[in-house]
Amino acid sequence: MITFLIRRLLFMVVTVIFISMISFVLIELPPGSALDAKLQQFRSRGLNVTSDVVKSLEERYGINDPIYKKYWKWISHAVYGDFGQSFYLDQPVSSLIGSRIWFSIGMSTAALLFAWLVAIPVGVYSATHRNSLPDYLITVMQFLGVAIPEFLLAIVLMFIASWYFGVEVGVLYSKQYRDAPWSFGKLLDLLSHLWLPVVVIGTHSTAWLTRVMRANLLDVMGAQYVQTARSKGLGERAVVWKHAVRNALHPLVMALGATLPALISGEVIVSIVLNLPTTGPLYVQALINKDMYLAITFLLFLSILLVVGNLLADLALAWLDPRVRLE
Amino acid sequence: MATVEAVAASQASASTKIAEDVSQWTLMRWRFARNRLSLFGLIVLIILYLVAAIAPFLAPYPYNAIDTEYIHTPPTPVRFLNGQLSICPLTQFMRDFRWEYTEDCDRAVPIEFMVRGHPYTIFGVPFETHLFGVTQLPPPKTTPVRKPEAKADDPLAAFMGSSGESTMADATQPPRVFLLGSDIQGRDMLSRILEGSRISLTIGLVGVALSVVLGAVLGTASGYLGGLFDDLVQRFIEIIQSMPTLPLWAAIAAALPPTMPVPQRYFLITIILSFVSWTGLARQVRGKVMGYSSLDYIAAARLAGCSHMRIILTHMLPNASSHIIVVSTLAVPSAILGETALSFLGLGMLPPAVSWGVLLRDAQQIQSILLHPWLLIPALPIIITVTCYQFLGDGLRDAADPYSG
Repeated sequence: MITFLIRRLLFMVVTVIFISMISFVLIELPPGSALDAKLQQFRSRGLNVTSDVVKSLEERYGINDPIYKKYWKWISHAVYGDFGQSFYLDQPVSSLIGSRIWFSIGMSTAALLFAWLVAIPVGVYSATHRNSLPDYLITVMQFLGVAIPEFLLAIVLMFIASWYFGVEVGVLYSKQYRDAPWSFGKLLDLLSHLWLPVVVIGTHSTAWLTRVMRANLLDVMGAQYVQTARSKGLGERAVVWKHAVRNALHPLVMALGATLPALISGEVIVSIVLNLPTTGPLYVQALINKDMYLAITFLLFLSILLVVGNLLADLALAWLDPRVRLE
Repeated sequence: MATVEAVAASQASASTKIAEDVSQWTLMRWRFARNRLSLFGLIVLIILYLVAAIAPFLAPYPYNAIDTEYIHTPPTPVRFLNGQLSICPLTQFMRDFRWEYTEDCDRAVPIEFMVRGHPYTIFGVPFETHLFGVTQLPPPKTTPVRKPEAKADDPLAAFMGSSGESTMADATQPPRVFLLGSDIQGRDMLSRILEGSRISLTIGLVGVALSVVLGAVLGTASGYLGGLFDDLVQRFIEIIQSMPTLPLWAAIAAALPPTMPVPQRYFLITIILSFVSWTGLARQVRGKVMGYSSLDYIAAARLAGCSHMRIILTHMLPNASSHIIVVSTLAVPSAILGETALSFLGLGMLPPAVSWGVLLRDAQQIQSILLHPWLLIPALPIIITVTCYQFLGDGLRDAADPYSG
């Protein structure tokens, strides 16, 4: 187990290094930089920007350096937690990202838990009541759940919430708690605003995991050991939950690797629609404004989130299934 | 019903013919035809693509025709008056800082079919005929139009005369028919959705086609050659796959300058979409090819002195082709959703180009949808398309392996 862990950790570090390079090149390479926007800002304020000023600014920010030099400059500071400066917002990137990335992690994790909590029982029901009316309904819902883009679901739910229930959407706290210090009431209030985005982010994965769960359980239910359990005279509930479901869960853990990118992508776009203070809105804004360091760092952190998630999934699988460790 | 009979016939012939040599593709076709849901998906998709092909014929107006007298009109109700399908002319009022419309059904005008309208071309052939439209002028006003009661304290109403009635009551133009409402510039939503289908339906398809080429070539090479090349390709794929898809797409798409002409942007977006989706395909093809290379018939081909190229092209790819088709069909919906999401964020297609994602940008503000719910209609074709592709892909996946259960 230890060697498995070490090998996976080493591989993860290498992956993250490569991701940082790719992110840097993808975002840095196209022409134009936030400096142009900055100069535009100066000019519109009526400041006279001479070519000398432009040149000294370019020198200061290293605009004309070759890309490997820029990358080295950035990464050698980044390992100490200094991810550069946001040109557009005039703040260090690390302070902008710090609180937002935790929100993103929290939302994605909550959405994942939601997906699992719904997908497992629904999938089990669907498989054990195969070809019944509820099974067909669940199947249709699965197809729709995968077909509806997250941002659309967010819009529609937002529409329903404010049209029929008069719920305030697009905010995290009700008015009375907005500037209040942390308390139990504030936490409850936050949770009451967060369930909608969590459900929206999780829907896609829920639909998909339900399908995986149903297929797995159907496979396992045909196995001989399940037949043996039945012929021992065990109740159907014990056969399903104690014998079959346990073995049908492995592919669900393996599916984590495919679920996490969807959750993170979903989190980005849903938070834009619902205007939540997570990574999404700031990331897209940074991309549009060519605020390079902010965008690069966001992309890097979202990827790290994914890589770490995958590592945890692998570890969980290795713990569940000893065969994996030997590979 | 014809299809059901055909299926029954094919199954009947299957039992007699099965002893003879039936090709694998025929088996797959039979098996596919048995799956009603995927057949349904295929038929709906064919209809959708036909509609996109003749979009300007079905659209009553040019998709970019602006008309400020019809800002945010709700879907025009179609009525059955005087023995024919008709619509009633509208009168525009400003009330509470919003445009409101009242109908005047005494002056209804009929909807005509196969009418002459704005010129357009389909595949380079010029046409002027449209499926439907309204060309007749309404009869002159006889009774005063019913006005909604303006609030006494509405300063704008006071400012604009009695209730801000516009002059279009004595129209010199035929009234407009907006079956799905109009947007903030008075453009017909139906015409825009039809026009948008041309980009939205094809961009994912072209994107996946590109990634099929890339994925099949790199996947086969990687599986067949093995060694260092295989290692490099596999590590590269792993790294791409360990970056979240949408943020990655967004990062690349943000590099495209916003002033780029539409066809160029379209093509570059397809490349961006395929940049991620080829990885999954390459993996699958690689697995298949590695499986084949240990089989006897490949060894036989090698012994017979076939070149590597010939083994790959005539022995391996045809065998993997059904698998490639399935994987790529399942990749199309995510490419379509990708374009929609990017356009919705303002990073994909940009106005004046029209795609379903671009149209949904108008529905981004909750206030806007609460007042004008018809702005959400472009969502329906997206959901229908993606669902049908899933049905189709599911059926193809089952059919691709006709020898199992």
